[in-house]
Amino acid sequence: MEDMKEIIKAYVINEYVEDDSEITYDTPLISGGIVDSFSMVSLKRFLENKYKISIPDDKATPEAFDSVNKICSLVNEYLK
Amino acid sequence: MSHIGSYDERVKNFSWNIAEQELGYKPGDVINIGWYCSDRICQMGKANKLGLIWDGLGGAEKRYTYNDIRLASNTIGQFLRDLGIIPGDRVCLFMDKIPELYLGFLGILKTGAIAQPLFSAFGDESLFIRLENAQTRAVITQKKHAPKVRKILEKMPWVEYLIIVDQDPSKPLQQREVALNLEELPKVERFDIYPTYAETPSVLHYTSGTTGQPKGVKHVHYSLISQYLTSKWVLDLRDDDIYWCTADPGWVTGTSYGIIGAFSNGVTQCVTDAGFSAENWYRFIEKHRITMWYSAPTAIRSLMKAGDEIIKNFDLTCLRHLASVGEPLNSEAVIWSEKVFGKPFLDTYWQTETGSIVISNYPGMKIKPGSMGKPFPGITATVVNADTYEPFGESGKIGLIALKPGWPSMMRMYWNNEETYKNKFKNGWYLPGDRSSIDNEGYFWFVGRDDDVINTGGHLVSPFEVESALLEHPAVAESAVVAKPDFVNMEVVKAFVTLKPGFVGSKDLDLDIMNFVRKKLSPLAMPQEIEFIDSLPKTRSGKIMRRILHAKEWGEEIGDTSTLEND
Repeated sequence: MEDMKEIIKAYVINEYVEDDSEITYDTPLISGGIVDSFSMVSLKRFLENKYKISIPDDKATPEAFDSVNKICSLVNEYLK
Repeated sequence: MSHIGSYDERVKNFSWNIAEQELGYKPGDVINIGWYCSDRICQMGKANKLGLIWDGLGGAEKRYTYNDIRLASNTIGQFLRDLGIIPGDRVCLFMDKIPELYLGFLGILKTGAIAQPLFSAFGDESLFIRLENAQTRAVITQKKHAPKVRKILEKMPWVEYLIIVDQDPSKPLQQREVALNLEELPKVERFDIYPTYAETPSVLHYTSGTTGQPKGVKHVHYSLISQYLTSKWVLDLRDDDIYWCTADPGWVTGTSYGIIGAFSNGVTQCVTDAGFSAENWYRFIEKHRITMWYSAPTAIRSLMKAGDEIIKNFDLTCLRHLASVGEPLNSEAVIWSEKVFGKPFLDTYWQTETGSIVISNYPGMKIKPGSMGKPFPGITATVVNADTYEPFGESGKIGLIALKPGWPSMMRMYWNNEETYKNKFKNGWYLPGDRSSIDNEGYFWFVGRDDDVINTGGHLVSPFEVESALLEHPAVAESAVVAKPDFVNMEVVKAFVTLKPGFVGSKDLDLDIMNFVRKKLSPLAMPQEIEFIDSLPKTRSGKIMRRILHAKEWGEEIGDTSTLEND
């Protein structure tokens, strides 16, 4: 789980953060304006490729993607 | 009773002079939007009235009275003037929805310079193209977006200043960089506002077309007349309203109605810099007791998707009037809003070039869900035959929307692009590039774009721009970009791609290409779907037939394929 958190956090920082802002596992990503609704599609695609899962569109909500912790919970649901 | 009262009476007795008189403007007078949006409201005795309430992340909140807005815009104006910014210079605002964006916009206009707002999610290439076209002299930004500007600064010798509004004092500035910390600067009580006139350029907004680079739409200070009156009659802004325009001032709605319309009417407006979530938005409305809410179909459909249950957790009875803009509002959304908020979202139609609402539904007028409504009083609108540009003599025919030029906020030119500007006019009509019909009661019904431009979430994306960016990816040989239907955004970008030898289509390559375009252009322009194909449909002369790919996505008839190249 820690690995997953770090991987996703690193991806978010690398892809979506333009400056040296700090990101924690709980930083609001969507409601915090770091990842917008259009970019969420690429984040979802990354998770699906990385973890070989398929996240239904109706589960990929702004709320479910709003932090690294929430994303990990979502991914874990589909890893099972 | 709404401000507009009887629509038919307003149409019968209309003159733009109504707005001029209310604003105390006479033809030939000085007219400066910055003054009308701050100093004038103070002179009307509302200096202590709240003009802007801003909610940031983590519970941050800032409040500005109209006197604060006057002083802050004076201060920014003086700062720019001291740097050497002169009337006519283009000053870009490249920021999130933070107070400095709103205050800076007015400050720029007070100096006589031209405000050039750009969407802060633009990638470096989108940014460069627009700054190069405008030969922008200064860019005002935040430290979080400064790296994108720095990346291309070397290529832009005409950009003399990169002004950072939240620079950390402990960190050194780089060459051409200046810090503007509004809270530390002495407030400028008296600022010599540049005497702009009706035709003095005010705002330069960029919009995308089917071909060629984005076009800079030039507006003038006289646009205020339309923006003031449409805010009053369509948005029905009242003195005691708490108003929320959800648009980003990087786009025209965010300036025409998120700044000019709101402040010139002297209302209190709220802004949130937080990203979208249904819960956040409903909480924001409840917290500030929003009465007038101007939003977009994409947001409304996202709220529909979030469900009705969540609404029960909030007291939204404060909402008095709702309106929408960006793309056609489907009838389901109108009916839904009536069910859950007790009032419908009224659809409004306009575009960057029109500068203000030109066709709309109005408070008190019969609403036909799914219709664009009727022309704003003073606007002559019709539907013309696409071949002859003559208006149809009967209702129900689908043709091009056509507007008789001459309303105050009509664009005056595409920046450095007179030829494209002239092409927008046919047979004495301005053609916005949309198709519609008119029913027997005079209501307009949107049909679609008349070109290949993609309207995603209310923003226009040029397939040409996306295709050009795709070709810069090392794996891409050729590409064709079309709109794909989408429930929330109406349309999203889809790319058909052929690969160079040695590359094989895969999920990882798909993601890599998506991110490549997102960073280069913007998240809006990022293909939401990429289809790798062996070859693109082309004419015998080698022109890619986007029409065929578009028809495939929309389940439409492919039509004439006689010019299709044989494999």
